[in-house]
Amino acid sequence: METKSSSILENLNSQEYKYGFTTELETDSFPKGLSEEVINRISRIKNEPEFMLEFRLKAYKAFLKMTEPEWALLNYPKIDLQDVIYYSAPKKKIGKNSLEEVDPEILKTYEKLGIPIGEQKRLEGIAVDAIFDSVSVANTHKKALAEIGIIFCSISEAIQEHPELIKKYIGSVVPHTDNYFTALNSAVFSDGTFIYIPPNTKCPLELSTNFRINTKGSGQFERTLIICDDNSYVSYLEGCTAPAFDENQLHAAVVELVTLDNSEIKYSTVQNWYAGDENGKGGIYNFVTKRGKCAGKNSKISWTQVETGSAITWKYPSCILLGDNSIGEFYSVALTNNMQQADTGTKMIHIGKNTKSTIISKGISAGKSSNTYRGLVKMGERAKGARNYTQCDSMLIGSHCRASTVPYIEVEGDSNRVEHEASTSKISEEQLFYLQQRGISLESAIALIISGFCKDVFKELPGEFAAEANQLMSLKLENSVG
Amino acid sequence: MTETILEVKNLEANLEDGDKILKGLNLTIKAGEVHAIMGPNGSGKSTLSKILSGHPAYKVSSGSMNFLGRDLNELEANERANLGLFLAFQYPLEIAGVNNLEFLRMAYNSKQKYHGLEEADPLDFDDLVESKLEILSMKNDFLNRNLNEGFSGGEKKKNEILQMLILEPKLVVLDEIDSGLDIDALKAVANGINAYKNTGNGVLMITHYQRLLDYVVPDQVHVLSEGRIVLSGKADLALELEKKGYDILNAKLS
Ligand SMILES: Nc1ncnc2c1ncn2[C@@H]1O[C@H](COP(=O)(O)OP(=O)(O)O)[C@@H](O)[C@H]1O
Ligand SMILES: [Mg+2]
Repeated sequence: METKSSSILENLNSQEYKYGFTTELETDSFPKGLSEEVINRISRIKNEPEFMLEFRLKAYKAFLKMTEPEWALLNYPKIDLQDVIYYSAPKKKIGKNSLEEVDPEILKTYEKLGIPIGEQKRLEGIAVDAIFDSVSVANTHKKALAEIGIIFCSISEAIQEHPELIKKYIGSVVPHTDNYFTALNSAVFSDGTFIYIPPNTKCPLELSTNFRINTKGSGQFERTLIICDDNSYVSYLEGCTAPAFDENQLHAAVVELVTLDNSEIKYSTVQNWYAGDENGKGGIYNFVTKRGKCAGKNSKISWTQVETGSAITWKYPSCILLGDNSIGEFYSVALTNNMQQADTGTKMIHIGKNTKSTIISKGISAGKSSNTYRGLVKMGERAKGARNYTQCDSMLIGSHCRASTVPYIEVEGDSNRVEHEASTSKISEEQLFYLQQRGISLESAIALIISGFCKDVFKELPGEFAAEANQLMSLKLENSVG
Repeated sequence: MTETILEVKNLEANLEDGDKILKGLNLTIKAGEVHAIMGPNGSGKSTLSKILSGHPAYKVSSGSMNFLGRDLNELEANERANLGLFLAFQYPLEIAGVNNLEFLRMAYNSKQKYHGLEEADPLDFDDLVESKLEILSMKNDFLNRNLNEGFSGGEKKKNEILQMLILEPKLVVLDEIDSGLDIDALKAVANGINAYKNTGNGVLMITHYQRLLDYVVPDQVHVLSEGRIVLSGKADLALELEKKGYDILNAKLS
């Protein structure tokens, strides 16, 4: 039966992408293409120590022997890696210590994005690292953090200033050989965020990075490394936006987290890259490898992600639970609309004793999109008393979208336990009518049901970001039929 | 002259692509009046309530529905609600993850906004809700649960009445609000209805049982059968129906 609300559910359109503007800037960009020479140049421009260049070249060698993975439920034309710009940076000098050196156009861009990075306009309680195309353009609160021994800077800077930490940890969680995209990233990564929290320190601020892809045709290959030493804690949030171009753009990031004894990293993402238009033209190809290692006992890594943008999402933030009693968590909302495709989930690898993991995944598909949860729970013989709880819920809006759940469970040893629950639901016309009968508009009714569906995940987001995530959901599902 | 709240004339309606369910229904409710509708299962009582409130599955093929001088057919469901038409559902819906109190405030503020009035801030709203909870002997923890999720049948019905008391509509249609209630819950619900009703608004109760009508005495009782009101009377009609069943319809109508 085709009624008004059912036809609206079929035709939900995302509101025009708010962050799709471009900033006109002079940039230093490499010509398109990938070669050993390009890698040498990136390393040279960044004035990297020898070990870093070796790391890159080794990765490149491995990369040349690898092929693009094809197991995901994703359909896209082969990515032509020779058609990508591997390095692009604003020409104006980058303000390392003073924001006065930052190009005013860039400051304006961040203001438009609602992320004030100017000295006077800092967000309360949040320190921001702003990454524009291939480089970090601003980093707030750095000095204050340094006073208590916290290092929060771009990874390029960390390679210069803290090579011993980089050498020790880079590639220690995600080896360059892990997959095609990690090998590529390890060879060409341009910038990203580095955080080190010293022992016995609770980081007093939310640390945050904002990633902005600006230049047409440029890829973003960021590399983030966060280390939380004994008895420490940090909460980190990344946000992502990009201009609306007709061409697809590649984003292939690697994020590594390490927690030592009794420490905790809470890593949250609100991903709002450009998703392409209604017909699937343009948008970001998001191929990301994120992994955390709970190296120390009683340590904890918690991933929370809200994935709303990107034409293609290929992303599985994972935890290696090595330390005894360590805990891994994955909370995810993935929303796809129009022609978007997402294949996302997590891996929980239980190695230590009494390790615990929780997976809560909420997939929302609208339009003609496709949304897959793919997750692995693995418990080795040594992991005595390991526990996992997984809950995977899908919500379908309209009848032309697709949701799939692909859980892999590999458990050895009989003291280990895995619990898995899954559900698929639709927003029912009766629910919508009930809410409308209470005076709530159809659009708000849909938004309310979605926010209820996502609640268990949104409540894991720090501070005001839960409200922001709710708003983002509504924008993405706003009905333009009116 | 007393204000007419609802005037339904020769209403015929069907499912979007199905059989006719209402077949020429007439009903007028004036301010201050309580009407009860009884009638066999499947006679179209719930359908009437849904058509009045604008459910998208039904289509009005002829006749008219006038609410406070407005043609209901021209209004979306949420506009009808904001103008003061309230339906207590026979089967209230569960909405996962949506906090009951937040939902109540959202509904309240939708109405405020519709009428160009100031929205209630959370603290003032809490006070308002608190005062209504008392009328229904409801506990506070109701508010922190998710909307109807895991509520017992009786709790759901009370929650409907709570919403009614907060939204202060001009006309309430209560679809079997008394079904599945124990004595205490029935009394609480009746208390709520009596607290609501005044000389300026109207009540339409759909029910199968006299026991609710003992507490909320109707001015008129109608019998709906096969999509039409076939018999109307005073409160004693309900008593008679209770005693003799719908068989009396045959006797009276032949
Ligand atoms: N959504 C619907 N789908 C199919 N049949 C319906 C629907 N709504 C009402 N009907 C039919 O219309 C008639 C009246 O139903 P209803 O109004 O629920 O009766 P009552 O509330 O008096 O018991 C019944 O025959 C019922 O099966
Ligand atoms: Mg009924």
